[in-house]
Amino acid sequence: MNWQDKLSNTVINIKPSGIRKFFDIVQTMPDAISLGVGEPDFITPWHIRQAAMDSIRNGETAYTSNAGDPKLRKAISRYIEERFSLSYDPMGEIIVTVGASEAIDLAMRALINPGDEVIIPDPSYVSYVPNVLMVHGVPVPVKTKAENDFRITPNEIEAAITDKTKAIILPYPNNPTGAVMEKHHLEEIAKVIKKHDLIVISDEIYAELSYGINHISIASIDGMKERTILINGFSKAFAMTGWRVGFVCAPKDVLSMMLKVHQYVIMCASTMSQAAALDALERAFVDGFKDVKHMQEDYDMRRRVIYKALNEMGLSSFEPKGAFYIFPCIKSTNRTSEQFATDLLKSQHVAVVPGTAFGESGEGYVRCSYASSLKNINEAMDRIKKFLESINA
Amino acid sequence: MNEFKLKLIELLHNDAFLTNAQLAVMLDKSEDEVKQAKNELENEGIIMGYGAIINAEKTNDNKVSALIEVKITPQRDMGFDAIAQNIYSFPEVKACYLMSGAYDLMVIVEGDDIRQVAGFVSKRLSVLDNVLSCATHFILKRYKQDGNVFEENNQDKRQAVSP
Repeated sequence: MNWQDKLSNTVINIKPSGIRKFFDIVQTMPDAISLGVGEPDFITPWHIRQAAMDSIRNGETAYTSNAGDPKLRKAISRYIEERFSLSYDPMGEIIVTVGASEAIDLAMRALINPGDEVIIPDPSYVSYVPNVLMVHGVPVPVKTKAENDFRITPNEIEAAITDKTKAIILPYPNNPTGAVMEKHHLEEIAKVIKKHDLIVISDEIYAELSYGINHISIASIDGMKERTILINGFSKAFAMTGWRVGFVCAPKDVLSMMLKVHQYVIMCASTMSQAAALDALERAFVDGFKDVKHMQEDYDMRRRVIYKALNEMGLSSFEPKGAFYIFPCIKSTNRTSEQFATDLLKSQHVAVVPGTAFGESGEGYVRCSYASSLKNINEAMDRIKKFLESINA
Repeated sequence: MNEFKLKLIELLHNDAFLTNAQLAVMLDKSEDEVKQAKNELENEGIIMGYGAIINAEKTNDNKVSALIEVKITPQRDMGFDAIAQNIYSFPEVKACYLMSGAYDLMVIVEGDDIRQVAGFVSKRLSVLDNVLSCATHFILKRYKQDGNVFEENNQDKRQAVSP
């Protein structure tokens, strides 16, 4: 069979992920330290795991309603009200999704007609561009700059807007840079977005991992809720990546379209995972988000350690205020991001991800994840220092 | 105690090797502040020493430990504290707590073998004037101690590189 003639050109033309290669090399190195992991190093808290086991024991093995268990939707509604001052109706404005990833896909499918343009800050998470391409939209990457701490600015947005622009993705706190948006930044951006009547897809999966500032959702800015599709989930805040539970909140008119896609493609998120997510929230309401706070404080400590170490050895980085990534500049080593990451891995067995895996403007930078034990971070910093000394010698 | 000192204790409890410089970065304080707080904690007797965390399941010695529930009758001239001192001063006693409930003192004893512990109970502990009765429970296996799980599989189960 000649599959080349049979396959979708859209899919053929999507670039494979640049990360696989590093993954394969790391597999061959038992002593490798990976700062290339994009998920928490905490295991899901025990009570949450127990809740899932209880759900299975109780025979809760059937589908939930398409939009998700109503109890969980109510809890999510209360959660975003308590933490981010956002009010969404659990019966019509919230869908429980299979991770935030599905929510991004749903948003694209509900919004995009062929040729519609979507503005995407670059660098950012690897899924946005393919998600736009798969619905025959046109991704419009907008280079964000180190001197702006990798925040997209109103002028940059303005310059990228055409009469085809339909939406903008706002992925803050940002993977891979650790950039965050404070209230005044969001207010400035909101003006441009309203002026051009754009839709915002706000991926706030790292909202709970903000350091020294409180996360503000763009949906809470005046006049923005009606044009925002808000995406969040349990993966990062509750260390629940493998459970695949996210959620999307949006005005009824668009959410009902997203629900249509969700019910035909997914049916509903995994029932036991939803039970686990419900327990995560119910416990958090009682104990004041103790688990979340504990993990957030731990990441914050490691963030300070890695920020100081990288800057001291000459890999300068702005201070990341969110997520669990730092994005140091490696231009001083006269290597591309890809070369730097490859050489570092081969000579010192430390894995980082080239900035270019997250977009063209990631060139000159690498992503280091500090979702790793302090011991590993310190050891990795020693090895990177040795690597720098060896190439400068 | 302030939050800074509590956090400092927590970090040192997990890893006493952390240097003042490392602790300063982790806690967002100056090295001098860390040094001073550590000195204070040491001088106040809150930090009594720095030791390694030993997994007794893996040391391969034949030492045995027992929890002994001790009932006592305090007398006019001798309260709980003094009786406890009579007991905890034996070097075999690793820990000693005053308890609420069915008995009065929980005594944790370690010996080279079972006979040594038995000897301690019959010849040293039960003969004390104020001791009414002892119930000795030998420890068969340790799963978790001071927050450390002994047989935990600490292997990182995540994909080595992910977006």
